[in-house]
Amino acid sequence: MTILKSSVNPHDPQFLQNHDNMAALVSDLREKVADIRLGGGPALIERHQGRGKLFVRDRIETLLDEGSPFLEISQFAAFGVYEQAIPCAGVVAGIGRVKGVECMIIANDATVKGGTYFPLTVKKHLRAQDIAERCHLPCIYLVDSGGANLPEQDDVFPDKLHFGRIFYNQARMSGKGIPQIAVVMGLCTAGGAYVPAMADESIIVKEQGTIFLAGPPLVKAATGEEVSAEDLGGADVHCKTSGVADHYAENDAHALSIARQCIERINYQRPTAPLLDDVKPPRYDINEIYGIVGTDLKKPFDVREVIARVVDDSSFDEFKRYFGETLVTGFAKIFGHPVGIVANNGILFSESAQKGAHFIQLCAQRKIPLVFLQNITGFMVGKKYEAEGIAKHGAKMVTAVSCADVPKFTVLIGGSYGAGNYGMCGRAFEPTMMWMWPNARISVMGGEQAAGVLAQVKQDGLARKGESMTDEQVSEFKKPIIEQYEKQGHPYYASARLWDDGIIDPADTRNVLGLALSASKNAPERDSQFGVFRM
Amino acid sequence: MTTKSLKKILVANRGEIACRVMRTAKQMGLTTVAVYSDADKHAQHVKLADEAYHIGPAPSKDSYLVADKIIDVAKQAGVDCIHPGYGFLSENCDFALACEKNDIAFIGPPASSIEAMGSKTRAKEIMHQANVPLVPGYYGNNQDTDFLQAEAEKIGYPVLIKAAFGGGGKGMRVVEHAKDFIGALEGAKREAKAGFGNDLVLLERYVTKPRHVEVQVFADSHRNCVYLGDRDCSLQRRHQKVIEEAPAPGLSDALRREMGEAAVRCAQAINYRGAGTVEFLLCGDEFFFMEMNTRLQVEHPVTEMVTGVDLVNWQINIAAGEVLPLSQADIKLQGHSFEARIYAEDPSNDFIPCSGHIDALFTPNESEFVRIDTGIAAGDEISPFYDPMIAKLIVHDDTREAALERLSKALEQFHLSGFSCNVNFLHNLANHPTFQAGAPDTHFIEDQGERLVAKSEQQSVIATVVAAYAYAHQLKGESSSPWQQLTGFMLNSDAKTTIPFVDLNVHAVKASEGFKINLDGVDYTTSGSIENGLANLVVNGEKVVAHINQTDSHITVMYKAQQTVLELIDKHYISEHESDALPLAAPLNGTVVKHLVEVGSTVAKGDAVIIIEAMKMEYTLNAPHDGVLTSYCFAEGELVSHGDMLAIVEEPEA
Repeated sequence: MTILKSSVNPHDPQFLQNHDNMAALVSDLREKVADIRLGGGPALIERHQGRGKLFVRDRIETLLDEGSPFLEISQFAAFGVYEQAIPCAGVVAGIGRVKGVECMIIANDATVKGGTYFPLTVKKHLRAQDIAERCHLPCIYLVDSGGANLPEQDDVFPDKLHFGRIFYNQARMSGKGIPQIAVVMGLCTAGGAYVPAMADESIIVKEQGTIFLAGPPLVKAATGEEVSAEDLGGADVHCKTSGVADHYAENDAHALSIARQCIERINYQRPTAPLLDDVKPPRYDINEIYGIVGTDLKKPFDVREVIARVVDDSSFDEFKRYFGETLVTGFAKIFGHPVGIVANNGILFSESAQKGAHFIQLCAQRKIPLVFLQNITGFMVGKKYEAEGIAKHGAKMVTAVSCADVPKFTVLIGGSYGAGNYGMCGRAFEPTMMWMWPNARISVMGGEQAAGVLAQVKQDGLARKGESMTDEQVSEFKKPIIEQYEKQGHPYYASARLWDDGIIDPADTRNVLGLALSASKNAPERDSQFGVFRM
Repeated sequence: MTTKSLKKILVANRGEIACRVMRTAKQMGLTTVAVYSDADKHAQHVKLADEAYHIGPAPSKDSYLVADKIIDVAKQAGVDCIHPGYGFLSENCDFALACEKNDIAFIGPPASSIEAMGSKTRAKEIMHQANVPLVPGYYGNNQDTDFLQAEAEKIGYPVLIKAAFGGGGKGMRVVEHAKDFIGALEGAKREAKAGFGNDLVLLERYVTKPRHVEVQVFADSHRNCVYLGDRDCSLQRRHQKVIEEAPAPGLSDALRREMGEAAVRCAQAINYRGAGTVEFLLCGDEFFFMEMNTRLQVEHPVTEMVTGVDLVNWQINIAAGEVLPLSQADIKLQGHSFEARIYAEDPSNDFIPCSGHIDALFTPNESEFVRIDTGIAAGDEISPFYDPMIAKLIVHDDTREAALERLSKALEQFHLSGFSCNVNFLHNLANHPTFQAGAPDTHFIEDQGERLVAKSEQQSVIATVVAAYAYAHQLKGESSSPWQQLTGFMLNSDAKTTIPFVDLNVHAVKASEGFKINLDGVDYTTSGSIENGLANLVVNGEKVVAHINQTDSHITVMYKAQQTVLELIDKHYISEHESDALPLAAPLNGTVVKHLVEVGSTVAKGDAVIIIEAMKMEYTLNAPHDGVLTSYCFAEGELVSHGDMLAIVEEPEA
């Protein structure tokens, strides 16, 4: 047991400046989230409530155990993507506890475009199911949606990872013994009708919930039959006649209480024993991360200062401390759960990559979940490094990351550029969950570098024609590229497109990792099968 | 009488007094025997006793008041003495006689003394002869107006004219001045005649602003008698003593001695033995005999505190025939003592008695300054069958002021949950400037009205905040899982948890330390610990110590002398079987077996109406609502199909 020693001076002007800069980003983040949490806005919420329905956030609060954390995913989904604001992409999703069981809640927000599915709504819904499947979390769908957003149907309906996948996931998860509970609290039309129909158990609210393949207008158009929504697919029809729904609820609160009761009866046993040992918090104030990291990605910091503020008791046993020092690897615990930490402390060299591959394999062997703290500009370039085979050493690390079948969690705490993103378990490597700090940036390379590369290519082209650019022209040429990279690499841009599972306050890192780790332990442990390592 | 050694004692009582008597008896080496009713099977006095005997059902008339049963138990258990406590059989001379007959020492006066004091008129005659001052009055048959006016003059104004056969204030007049006498007399007589058919009246001095001061006397069977100081019991509510003290404040030594000696004369006049109390009305420097209680009084501990005498010890020794251990000259009063009676009652609801389960009980630490006489413990039931007194809180200190301060502090530490009690009322009394300044008169509590039952709004708010903190705090549970530890955690927003208190808008936001509690829009920072029901918190920078008890339905906060109950929202759904309300339609194909109700008769919802048989099973169908059965749709033996209406029940016209 080695206790990390911090050498931070909280009175240092640079520290204070860093702190203020980060605090400003966090405050912007919280303001935006406060707005996002209002869904379609106060007027629509009021109208929604006026119909005797609970607002989606209140539904979730009512459903969850009192005081249960809610680890929300993709708050920024669809943020600034569409012409109109679609907060949370119209579906609130996250992990919370119901009757002591961690569950994935996927809840339509009818105040946002009637809860209809935009392309990113589908992507978020599928991602939530994906997390649930990886972590073996029972899924509770709070359905209140008009179905696919018809104008966007080409990006919603036909493809592999489009609407149909929701039902495929439901069936497959049910098959794996992951309970699927649907609560119909509003419209549940067309494709949406399959959510309750495919569920293990479904609940429908009297005079609110309706389930039908085609709504009254379509029925009239198709057959001329005139029928009210309630008579076509209300609670009475489905609980008493059709059997599409199993439980009849008087109102939203009743429905949610029945959903809680369903979870209580799933006869669930958590696969791993609950933790008993006393969890010690880190020895240092987690808020100091602000002052340590700051917002200037060019300013390096010792990642151990971050680790010391995330892990239990600031206790961290390093592996290969003096080899490949730009990658820090070691064992720690977070809320009592053992983890292997892989953290960047500079650019990746051949040694660091080999060390990373070794350590990841070690953790996979021991079934220890991995936490990646990404702050990486990439692998070292140059003749010497190519010659020593940095590509194959990097490949070893990427192979290890791809094949390690343990829960993996990635936090982008700084830059995430190029192949560094791959080796450090970027989105493509299916981390169980992945978050960004508000100071982080993600792109194939830094904006400056990209602009430099493109300017060089351009200049080379001009040179072949015997032309050249003035310094002024070069910087004029670079400017839009840098701007584009800055915009597209920004966490809000990234998170809006679900390149991650959310943006988090650095001070919440320990809590978020703790919740996620604990949730992931619901899934049985698996053996890892590694591919061929190029030696 | 010769001294005999007593070895085994039966306490013919329950509750705190039974416990109190047994404690001394045990110290004296006696074996203790308890009796108990159905309601007291698990009571503290039963636990404390060496032996316990069941004596019948809960109502006292079937148990604690049945002398024969108690004598039987005494014989069966082989006891040589019985202590009756107070109330129940303590002043029952037949019981005292029965004890004597069975050669069991009755710890109390001879039956003849009880009898002598049992009749108010006879008691007054005896006292008059013994030269004990009585309220001046005329109780004779001479109803001549002039004669009565002359008597009134002798008595001294103000004078009370009372109908001899009256009651309830009818035929009663207070006359302040001689000139009003005749008019008032005529009025009283008219009312008496009309109301009670007899216009006989009597005259009495109208004692304004009286105090209730009583003297503790003790006599042995060797004709020795002493008084052990006095007690002031003027704080009364509907003739129930509320707070008593010893010595009575503001009495000159001469008056105190005069009253003491009068009390001794009183006891001697009836050949008294053991502990007794002579009650006087005190009006300025005048005192008048009211009555004598031939038993140990509820408030005896205040006398014990100021005299250092264990009265029960004396009672037992004297019953054994011993001589009084102290002479009058040896009896010295030390300091001042108060006793507050803690009742299970609701002062905010006209002091209605309460009963129920004691969910939690925390009492101040006992010391040389603080004594608690009680017969209950946490987990016990306060049954509706008996007096709802929970405990007596007794304090002692050098001065009245210091003792009253101790009483106030001790009341702030007496914390009970499960039902209402009068601690806050007692605390208001203890802190009332009039009471602090000296003993008020017996009308004081009634005169004060609602003010004495007032609760502190500020304390209620703090208590609500404490309850909210406790609620949020316990959500964490025991596990170290972040899913339990991180109460209310939400990404990028405050960790806010709604606290489900009925009719209140409260939520808790997790802070770096403790919680920020928001009560109706106002924030309170709170942190601290809650262990074994004791909350040690800092609320908005101020230290708050309170006791907390949580059940499924509510949280009780006991803060200072105030009990605040927060009701929790019930989240359970009560299922209603809708089938009860289904129409009288055949649930499946079958045959009508029987009509159960005559056509035209009235049926109530749920009444069985018809039986049909299908698949070898009989189904009884019930009326879906109240109404009149107007017709059956099928005759007995006819076949019915699924869904067929079987009978018509018409709803009554509204």
